[in-house]
Amino acid sequence: MTSGEGEMTTTEGKPARERLIGGPGMLLVWFYGVMVVGAVSRSVYQIATEFDRAPLAYSLSAVAGVVYGFITYSLVRGGERARRAALVCCAAELAGVLVVGTWTLIEPSAFPDATVWSDYGMGYVFIPVLLPLTALYWLRRARAGVTP
Amino acid sequence: MLNPLMLVTGVAALFLAAWCGWAARRDQPTKDWHFIGMAVVSLLAVVQLAVGIVQLARGEDPEQGKTIFVAYLLGAFACIPAAGFMSLAERTRWGSVTVAAGGVVLAVLEVRLYDIWGR
Repeated sequence: MTSGEGEMTTTEGKPARERLIGGPGMLLVWFYGVMVVGAVSRSVYQIATEFDRAPLAYSLSAVAGVVYGFITYSLVRGGERARRAALVCCAAELAGVLVVGTWTLIEPSAFPDATVWSDYGMGYVFIPVLLPLTALYWLRRARAGVTP
Repeated sequence: MLNPLMLVTGVAALFLAAWCGWAARRDQPTKDWHFIGMAVVSLLAVVQLAVGIVQLARGEDPEQGKTIFVAYLLGAFACIPAAGFMSLAERTRWGSVTVAAGGVVLAVLEVRLYDIWGR
């Protein structure tokens, strides 16, 4: 029994969680995994060695890394609660990319060094802005119950 | 020694990406031959990691710092095996797409490695 409406069902104790990484979901996990490694390792290194140079930029990279990590975990874990949590985080991520992207364009002086989200993620081939859009689309589709 | 190795690894990664992309286009999962291809590219990345560490031990200094250099070497090494395992878990065309994406990511890492090494 997969939850068709999935609205009020608390799927906590159920053994079989709805899989979120079937098909295109696997590609999504791959890209999120790459972004986790990229953002976390970058921010750890920069915060450890030259935090004073651009504290805001490096902190934002660290936050981005944590958000990516949580989304990756939710996707792999699966289930309705994880799906909803991932949905919220993807929306937050999209908002983050848009706000920080705009911020870096308007007020470049606040960012002596780039973050993962600078210029809408241009340094990462715009993956940071494309990824949440794809993920939101995928996660909404997963609720409709058309997962392969 | 290291620069040609970066070039070869990057080109091989792009070939792997094209090959798996083609498999995905034909709606196929990754097959044995693809895994042999992944093994070859991974081997190149291992050799690159070893050569890079030897160069560091000899006292060569990457332009943008040792830590970043080693981090990218490790990332390049882990890239294809990770994508390969994910394609084992996803026996559809999307597994092939994942490996293709892995090849592209590795090629990008090689370009960055070249910049970081800086000679």
